[in-house]
Order: sequence, then C-alpha cells, then structure tokens
Amino acid sequence: MTRTVDGEHLVGQPIDRIDGPAKTTGGARFSAEHAYPGLTHAALVPATVSRGRITAIDTAAAAAVPGVITVLTHGNAPKLNPPKRPTPANLSTLVSGTQVNYLNTDEVHWDGQPVAVVVAETSHAAREAAALVHVSYERLPAVVDFAAEEPNAVAQKGNPVMPGSAKKGDADAALAVAPVTVDARYTTPQHHHNALEPHATTAVWQGDELTVHDSTQSITWLRKHLALRFGVPEAKVRVLAPFVGGGFGGKGFAWPGTIIAVLAARATGRPVRLLLTREDVHRAVGARTPSAQRVALGADTGGRLTALVHTSVTRTSRVGGQPEQVTAPAQHLYDATNIRTAQSQTTLDWMPNTSMRAPGDAIGSFALESAIDELAGELGIDPVELRMRNEPERNPIDGKRFSHRMLREAYALGARRFGWENRSPEPRSTRDGRWLVGMGVATAYHPAMQFTANVTVRLAADGTVTVRCGFQEMGMGNATVQAQIAADALGVPFEAVRVEYGDSALPASVMAGGSMQTSTVAGSVLAACGKLTRRLSTLARRTGMQGRTPTEILTAARVPFIDAAVGSDTRLGALAGQARMLAKVVRDQRTWAKAACGAHFCEVRVDADTGEVRVSRWTAAFDVGRVINRKTAFSQLRGGIVMGIGMALFEEALVDRRTGRIMNPSLSGYHVPVHADVPPIDIACLDEPDPTMPLGILGVGEVGITGVAAAIANAIHHATGSRIRDLPITPDKLVT
Amino acid sequence: MRLNVTVNGEPKQADDVWEGESLLYVLRERLGLPGSKNACEQGECGSCTVYLDGVPVCSCLVAAGQAEGHDVRTVEGLADGDTLDPVQQSFVDAGAVQCGFCTPGLVVAAHDLLHRVPDPSDEEIREALAGNLCRCTGYEKILDAVRNAAATS
Ligand code: FES
Ligand code: FES
Repeated sequence: MTRTVDGEHLVGQPIDRIDGPAKTTGGARFSAEHAYPGLTHAALVPATVSRGRITAIDTAAAAAVPGVITVLTHGNAPKLNPPKRPTPANLSTLVSGTQVNYLNTDEVHWDGQPVAVVVAETSHAAREAAALVHVSYERLPAVVDFAAEEPNAVAQKGNPVMPGSAKKGDADAALAVAPVTVDARYTTPQHHHNALEPHATTAVWQGDELTVHDSTQSITWLRKHLALRFGVPEAKVRVLAPFVGGGFGGKGFAWPGTIIAVLAARATGRPVRLLLTREDVHRAVGARTPSAQRVALGADTGGRLTALVHTSVTRTSRVGGQPEQVTAPAQHLYDATNIRTAQSQTTLDWMPNTSMRAPGDAIGSFALESAIDELAGELGIDPVELRMRNEPERNPIDGKRFSHRMLREAYALGARRFGWENRSPEPRSTRDGRWLVGMGVATAYHPAMQFTANVTVRLAADGTVTVRCGFQEMGMGNATVQAQIAADALGVPFEAVRVEYGDSALPASVMAGGSMQTSTVAGSVLAACGKLTRRLSTLARRTGMQGRTPTEILTAARVPFIDAAVGSDTRLGALAGQARMLAKVVRDQRTWAKAACGAHFCEVRVDADTGEVRVSRWTAAFDVGRVINRKTAFSQLRGGIVMGIGMALFEEALVDRRTGRIMNPSLSGYHVPVHADVPPIDIACLDEPDPTMPLGILGVGEVGITGVAAAIANAIHHATGSRIRDLPITPDKLVT
Repeated sequence: MRLNVTVNGEPKQADDVWEGESLLYVLRERLGLPGSKNACEQGECGSCTVYLDGVPVCSCLVAAGQAEGHDVRTVEGLADGDTLDPVQQSFVDAGAVQCGFCTPGLVVAAHDLLHRVPDPSDEEIREALAGNLCRCTGYEKILDAVRNAAATS
C-alpha cells in the first residue's frame, strides 16, 4: 500500500511497519548480534539446591578447558552495590528482578540462581566449562511447594494502584441467603513468557563508560539500575535496544544475565556477550505466579448478582517478586450489590515471580469468567444475556465514573459476527462425527494507564521531522505508530518522519508495560508537535508566510530547523517530571475507571474418546479506544488471544515439589501454540476514542489475553458437559 | 578444522571450527550472518531455518562438518539487492512481522513451501510452518502472507 494518504489522516491507517524490511531480510541486529573486537562469550552456572550456602566451588576443571578466560564466583568477582528494595521514589530500583547480589554472596535462594559465570573465547567453551564447575553446598530447609504453602498465605497490603482487598456491602452475608449460587475453586500453574529471543546482553566497558546492548523492555530504568549497581554516574551508562525479540513482561526487569554480563566485562576488561539458553530463560528469569482462587457468586432468580466474592493466593519469593491484581476484574465487571475481593500470597524459596502479559487480570479473568458461565448454567440464562443484565453504569466497587465503556456494544458486535444465536443452550448437544462441538464466551478487560515520557521533536527546513524518545520496540509497532501521529500533527507525509528510539541516550521514556507505552509517548509527541505548530505560525506571521508549508516558512525565516521538547532528563526538571507522573497516575486512578475491554467468542471441538481439544473458530470484539494502526494493533490483539489459547490448553511449568526445580525448561517440554493449533481469528474493534486519553488510546498489548482461557473452558463445558477449573485443560482432565 | 561451504552463492571458509559446532554458530559467529536466529538451539523452534542443498533444515541441529562442501542459503540470500523476495514483501505487507525474531526462519520455511507447492491449501501452510514458533503475531497474518505470496508469484 502507499504510505502517504492524501487528504486523509494517517492515524487510523493500516500502515506497514517501518522495520518490516530489516526484519524479513535478517538485517535487524538484536542484542546478541553486535560484533566487538575481542568479544568474549559467557555462560552461567545454576545452583542445584533451592536454599543454602555455598561451601566450596571447584573451578579447576572449568578453567582448564581450552579457550576459557576466567571463571567468576563470589570468591573472585568484582564487588557490586546490592540492589535496593523497589520504591517509586527511586526509578533505578523498579527494575530489580531480585534482591540477590549475584556472585557477591554465598547464599542461594532458588534452584537455578546463577552462582558462577564462565567467560571464554567461544560460547561452546564457556558452556562446556560451565558444566564442569563443581559447587558444594550446605543445604538449608526450603519452602518450594506452592500448593502445600497455600494455607499459610498472608493478606496483601496493596498500594494506591492495586488494593490488596476491596469491599462493598456484605458479600458473604448476601451469598448465604442468595437463591442461586456458585462457589468454586480455580487453579492456574506457573507460566513462562518464552519470548522467541532468549535474553541476551552484550556489555562493553571503556574505562568507566559502559555500553550495554540488552534485550530489555526498560531502557531508561535499566540504565539507572546499572549505574547504581556498578557505582558509576548515569551519564556514563548507555543502554541500547532498538530490536527486542518479544518480551511480554519477561524483559521488564534486570535479570541475572544482564547484571552478570556487565560484571564479567568489568572483570575481564573485554566485551562480553551472554546469551541465555532456553533452559536459563526458564530457571533464571521470573515467571507468572501460579494461583489458587475462589469465586463465589449469588444471584436472584432473574440473574441479578447480589454477591460476588473473589479471593486469590499467589506466590512471591523471599528475594523479590510482586503481588498481582488477580481479583481486579471482580471490582470492575459486574454490578453486584455486594462485593468482596481479597488477595493473599505465599513467600517461597523460589525465583521471584514477575509480570507476564496482563499480570493478575489474565488468570483472574479465567476464574471469574468461568464462574459467571457456571452461574448462567445454574440459572438457565444465556451467558451473554446474564452479563448484560449485570452490566454496570458506574465502577461497581466504588462508584467511580467510567471514562468510557462500550462492553455492551462489543458483545453485540461480537455475537453478530460469530453467530452466537445459533448456539443451542444445552451442554453436550452438538456432535460432528467424533467431535463434540461447543461455543463459549467471556469478557476481556484490562485497565488503561498513562505515564509521562520525555520527547523532542525537530522540524527541519527540508521538510523532515525527527522524533526522539527512549521508548522501546519489542514488536508492538510503536515507532510506526508514533511516526503516524507526528506526521498528522504536523501535516507532513509519513515518509518525512524519522523516529529514534531504543537508546537510553535519547529523552527518557517509560518502560514498555501495562499497555501504556503508546498512549504515554503519544501524549508527549502531541504536546511537542503542538509547540512546534505554534512556533511555526509565529514565524509564518513574522515572515508573511501564513498558510504555507513548513519548508516555505522555515526557509523564508532563514531558520534551518525548530525543536520542541517535552520533559527534562536532568536535575530538578527530571524530579519534577517524575513527581508529576506519579501524581497524575494516582489522580487518574482516583477519578476514573479506565480500561480496554472486549468480548471473546469461540468454538471448540473435543474428541469424545481422547479428550483432544481443537479451537476451531474465534471472534473477538474489542473496545480499545482509538486504533492508530489496524495492522499492528490487531496483530497484538491476535497474539494475546493465541497466548491465551496456550494458557488454556498447553502452558504449564512442571515444578518438582521436593526440589523446586522446573522439570520442563525447554520449548519441547513447555508447549506454546503453533500454527496448527490456531484457528482463524476474527478481530473487530469499535474504534471509539476514550475522552481522557491521548488520541483516545486505551492500549492493546494485554487486553487480548484476558478472558481467553475462560472462553475456552466455557466452550469445553458446552461441548462436553465437563467443567475444568484447573489450567491447562489437557486431555487427561477430560477423559477421566 | 577448516570449513569450506558455499553461502548464498559465495564460497566461504572458516578456520578453527570446532567439530561439535553447529552450522548456525558458523553462520552467526564466524561468517557474519546473524539473520538466522537461535531461539532454542535444540531443534524446537525453527528460527534457525536455512536451506542446505536446497532442503530446509534447522541449522542449529546441523554439525558444521556436515556442511563441508555443501551449499547453504540463508535469509540474507533471498532478496535481490534492495528488492525483497515476494515472500519477504508479503510478510511486510500482510503485517506478519512483530518482534521479527521468528521471521527469518519463517520466511525461509515459507519460501521453501511455495517452491514445492505453488498454491498450498491452508492446511498445507499450517502443516509446513508448524515447526516455526512465533510468540507475537498469532500466526493469522503469517498465513495471509503465504497466501498472498502464492497468489502473486
Ligand atoms: S534454534 Fe534451531 S530450532 Fe530453535
Ligand atoms: S514476531 Fe515475535 S516471535 Fe514471531
């Protein structure tokens, strides 16, 4: 397609992504693909106990492998500043994956924690030698079994953005007297992001200047973190990540590979590349917490909810991790008279949990949206109709206004496209040969947020525009989308805009997470372009060039270019910006309930004898606010749905309950969906802007996965009559 | 050992190659061709797919020595100068690319499929590409890309 659309806005056009040719020809350089003279390769040595103390490390055999340069352990590694506890007051702490000071401590906190690193001339030599490092431990009692620890879970304290518990009325009393009830337990296992690119770091020290190519979702905060840990001024650290091979939350924090690569480069004085193996990715990078949840619903016979209770238990680690908003959907989705949510957590001797696509909401929506389907069955009401009867006017838990909510419209659109009216209400009523056929539905919901990003935009007399912002691109298409936005705002063709990103030397941006990057950066790009437009019209007035093109005006004014900046990276300006950002997030949170939402409709086929499940059809209708680029946005929504299919049917870290070790740390053991698992996926978006967000954007990165596992579980129930409340829904659970 | 191999039509040599080294490693680390990716190095993901004597293989599973004297074609060898191969172009046009880490392997696998089966059915496409994992796109647009490439070539 042509990229310039005459007389039409670029925003809303399905423009081809800027980096498409680089990625299809193999020209895009990822973090493990930067050549430096004297480059060395590193390999990690994982701990083999889940809690303990290192009593000895024998590195002689490893050091004797030809090509090995050094073996670093806590006995000989350079000293590092310990990571600090995460606090919003210090952005450098927000990306601490764990509290462990790697290779600076003899303590072991989880099975898989790196306890040594080998640096060698080739990666083979490094990996071979790593296998020869012999570590002796004093074992300490470890708590590794999530299921066994569940009774010891303690209540989460919560924070302004995520309350640990919430309450309206007396849900337990209402439940006790409700004429129709559902009260069930749902469980989900640990999930791993498994972005296709394994985490990779190339670290280069020149004196006290550090350059790091890192597969990170958080260029700016990682830079601050490295400066803190290695005791150098932030200005001396540069983090580069123009291409990141997927993240999904798994590259949001500084995991051991990054820190140890930088440490090894400092120790050896040579550039170091550390590319995690797929096994390392499972054992040394945080994963989605497992969960055990209870959803209890009470309704009158007309299907109006009188009681909604949703509680959850998740896990963190003794050395980091975070709570997840598992029960958030229950606070926003249904107009129940009485609501109670409560989250609690266990603390294990485990690698910390971390955010994975729609943290909390992805697994919480499985439980809630399954329970609603169960209630619909009890009541004999169509599950879509039941949802519509309980669709709220205001945010159910606290009465806040919705900035925008079009869930009814999404359901109507989705039902029409899918053909929901053809569904027979009876479970196990449709058969096609050996296949039992069923249809399921569930709601998608993910909160929308906007932070602040610093941006500079330059408009040059040759008509080109340069947008500079240290945002990240892991495939979402942000560079393309921001170019569309800037081109529209300044009235120039798409091709005239160049976007610089993925480099911490650029103005500071936020991390890519929480589906907020596009709206956050868009807000600043629009503000900067507004400043430029005003300056341009001043120049036009002064030179008598009103109504002329930017090139004509700037040429007449003899100005080679004009710049506009939003936000500052240094000193007081930076502090003020950070304070404004936090204040805005909290204020927004207090004023509005803001979210992207949608309706998933699916059809499944279950083999009556083997329990094999095939997802055969999918329609999803979303309200994600304004869609800037259908091509990139729909692709993200589809990707979310497919990851949800994985969550529903395949994905599960198998953890040894005695040792806490993951038993399937590979792509052959941990199954993600492949082509043949995925049906045609029909996506529709209402495309109505949210009035409170820049350009009306609500975010598309995460909402797609929410509700997916429930829609499938509901369809499987409709097909077979079996209700499976434990993910993943593998054939064994259907044939017993 | 010294390895002699023809890559994208040019004879290449690599010295000091370790016998256990993979063809993928040779391409990425010794011959300056990191287009083929290394998402698992265990034959599970297809991101390292290249042609070996015209047959697509997971280059992470091919020992360097097995490529001695043979002909390798990588994703870097598909475009004609600045003109993308029709398969590459249709990946861009269809929006079949997100992070791009799976893309080189998929492009080679799709290129091979269309070579063998000029007008594949959806089932044939899914089957042919089932060994190439993508965690980002949801696969749908990759299917479109292959269909479009089939229609235009
Ligand atoms: S890297 Fe070769 S199949 Fe995954
Ligand atoms: S585009 Fe990221 S894995 Fe396919």
